[in-house]
Amino acid sequence: MTAPTVTRRAGGPDDAVGGVAPREVVRPGTVEEVADVLRAAAADGLTVVPVGGRSKLTWAAPPSSCDLLLDVTGLDRVVEHVAGDLTVVAEAGVRLADLQAQLGQAGQLLGLDPPEDGATLGGVVSANASGPRRLHYGTTRDLLIGTTVVLADGTVAHAGGKVVKNVAGYDLGKLYTGAHGTLGVVVSTTWRLHPVPPARRLVTLELPDVAAAGPLSVALARSTLTPSAVELIGTAGGPGRLVVLFESIAESVTDQARATVALLGGGEESEELPADLGRRPGGADDVLLRLAHVPAALSPVLRALPAGTAVAAHAATGVSYAAVPAGEAVDVLPRLRAAVAEHDGTAIVLRAPEGLVDRLDHWGPVGDALDLMRRVKERFDPERRMSPGRFVGGL
Amino acid sequence: MTAIAEPDTSQRTAALAERLRAAVGTERVLTDRTQVRTYECDGLANFKVTPAIVVLAENRQHVVDTVRLCSEAGVPFVARGSGTGLSGGALPRADGVLLVTSRLRSIGAVDADNRQVTVEPGVINLWVTRDATPFDLAYAPDPSSQLVCSIGGNVAENAGGAHCLKYGFTVNHVLGAEVVLPDGEVVHLGGRAPEHPGYDLLGAFIGSEGTLGVATELTLRLIRVPEAVQTMLVGYRSVEDAAGTVSDIIAAGIVPAAVEMMDALAIEAAEAAVSCGYPEGAVAVLVIELDGPEVEVEAQFRQVEEIARRRNAFETRIAADAAERALMWKGRKSAFAAVGRISPSYFVQDGVIPRTKLPEVLAEIDRMADERGLRVANVFHAGDGNLHPLVLFDDAVEGQAHEAEELAGAILELCITSGGSITGEHGVGQEKRMKMGKQFTAEDLDTMQLVRCAFDPDGIANPGKVFPTPRLCGERPGVHKGEHPVQAAGLGEVF
Repeated sequence: MTAPTVTRRAGGPDDAVGGVAPREVVRPGTVEEVADVLRAAAADGLTVVPVGGRSKLTWAAPPSSCDLLLDVTGLDRVVEHVAGDLTVVAEAGVRLADLQAQLGQAGQLLGLDPPEDGATLGGVVSANASGPRRLHYGTTRDLLIGTTVVLADGTVAHAGGKVVKNVAGYDLGKLYTGAHGTLGVVVSTTWRLHPVPPARRLVTLELPDVAAAGPLSVALARSTLTPSAVELIGTAGGPGRLVVLFESIAESVTDQARATVALLGGGEESEELPADLGRRPGGADDVLLRLAHVPAALSPVLRALPAGTAVAAHAATGVSYAAVPAGEAVDVLPRLRAAVAEHDGTAIVLRAPEGLVDRLDHWGPVGDALDLMRRVKERFDPERRMSPGRFVGGL
Repeated sequence: MTAIAEPDTSQRTAALAERLRAAVGTERVLTDRTQVRTYECDGLANFKVTPAIVVLAENRQHVVDTVRLCSEAGVPFVARGSGTGLSGGALPRADGVLLVTSRLRSIGAVDADNRQVTVEPGVINLWVTRDATPFDLAYAPDPSSQLVCSIGGNVAENAGGAHCLKYGFTVNHVLGAEVVLPDGEVVHLGGRAPEHPGYDLLGAFIGSEGTLGVATELTLRLIRVPEAVQTMLVGYRSVEDAAGTVSDIIAAGIVPAAVEMMDALAIEAAEAAVSCGYPEGAVAVLVIELDGPEVEVEAQFRQVEEIARRRNAFETRIAADAAERALMWKGRKSAFAAVGRISPSYFVQDGVIPRTKLPEVLAEIDRMADERGLRVANVFHAGDGNLHPLVLFDDAVEGQAHEAEELAGAILELCITSGGSITGEHGVGQEKRMKMGKQFTAEDLDTMQLVRCAFDPDGIANPGKVFPTPRLCGERPGVHKGEHPVQAAGLGEVF
């Protein structure tokens, strides 16, 4: 059913996505081979779940079916890095860390820093993963300027291009961002890059109450300071640590760190990045949630969490992560969703211990555009073969 | 329009006009030919179509009622804001409704802590910054028409402006939208908070040029006014040196807020119009703006000055205050209109190339213009490679308009073959839809149509724009090549 260079093998328990083991795992090496696989899968009526580094397999709901696990890590070429244009074209299976290392040699970077080890570009796009520096650089939707996808029927489609400013046609890159493989397989990505800043300085402020970070991050946002990240690490109802990161020329980071200490009323200056900066909170026994809310609502959102919940918040952006103890999650989640809804907020489950997944509503309420989303899915994948059931509303 | 369709159309639109009057009020529905002719084109005046009906909506319900009635009657509609678009995106349909949203002008309170504001689509771009200024905030997207263009139009075209290089374009500054879908249903895409679960339909909607629905409310992100802004005007004796300066600035790791370039002809035009006092004898000028923390701006400004000097700049002026900065920008922002002073007519193009290709592409444009005996003035966003060649011509000279149009088209194809795009901010609209097939494959365009069909299965939202070879929503992409048999037989056109 597939081209001769495609690696294929039987699926096993180690390949399971959300507890669903695939019948077969295929690892194509080229875009054309991905198209071949999908055409063949379409002919055989097979369901397909694309994966990259498998670092975010739990970020979407478990699939209702997974005949074929489509591993894109064979698509691992950095196709074109044009330093003068600050752009790079790289295949979906390229690991983000590897790309950053290569770009770094030219003094450039891709402004995405999700902490998941082994993450591939395709996975970062499909899961819309981001980290602390989203405050400064934005997220996938801001940095992805072109993409190639293979649709459910094997059609290879490009969108966007290689130039930063481009408004020709629909911006389909946005549509594939965060779609969790339900609209096709992302096979290639083109990015806008930034220069690596020459200097760095951090201000770390210990907070007796983590919720105090709310007004402080608003004060930072309303100032003329330009931090790359404002990261809060702590426990709900308990103490926390606010880390403000500056990355620019030496004179600027020194000045801004000093001004930040004055603005926050304290804080220690340093140059080393703490090892846990940007790490998701909690452990494998917890239910990891991503909370989104209007940025200034950080304090009330933190107060809505059960005391003792580990949190890591990209303060000033309106995105926070919380690790709710597994025993409390079923009760807590609906209450938390009601509380964050007051701040236009949402809470989605990124990871839950085995056995609990089925008892949690993964995505929560979606809003009045769900029917339109269904129509989009229906057009792109009428037979519901791409990552079925993984997305909002059972899409 | 076919001879057979005409009577049907007029009867259908007459009946629709009656229903619209009942729904939104007689005074808001125009059908009088002299009145509706006011709306026969947008900023691209070489395409003109008189709309059958114009609706002057004043609130969301008027938009909903109009769209719903159009949907029920199967009559196409085109939304229009201030009408400053430059690609014919708001060109009306002779058999349809032109839905004017420019009276929806309410601006919500600025939410300073969350750095956002919710506005209606008819709000003028510059009003947002005006309202945000007391809070030290601003709305970043600033098309040259920002004094008159509306937010709804900016969103439809994803219109950017001079500061896209650092701040991104409109799509990066719209957090949420209330949208009336082509069947009259109201949906909310995005919101005031980030990361709403579901497909990023807001991202697809922005820049869709009115083909996916009509926005009735938009939540915009505001940026903090930077601590310092510095602007310099640099004069060069060659275009290559000016373009080389742009590349060197980027190579030095500096991301300016804006880098704008004008060539000799554009300078001549701007001087004739607004006496902006650009360096005498300059063959090219750059307007370079840096913003951010004061210490950063100062250090990088010195670096930029040094780079410009090494690239043989013969005059560098630094704006001492806001008034001088405004004058530097005035020359640049008035350049399009100013070209009217030195040429009876012109076509303005909007293409994008990778920044590193600037010198060779500009030289090639020159060569192509010489070959045809025409003049091209270049004024553009050099930092992100967004060219705006102005092809000058005299319509009194037989055939010259046609020659100029061909040259403008050839320049766009040069942008595509250089790895760029046919539009950076003006949109595809009516004007450039036939070029879409040069930039994208049939499969790419079919995939875009999947989105279109999900939003607008009956194809009544701004049909005939953006796409060159429309398809019917029942088709599967990649299956049918070329013209659909139904279209070929002249039996129907959905888009």
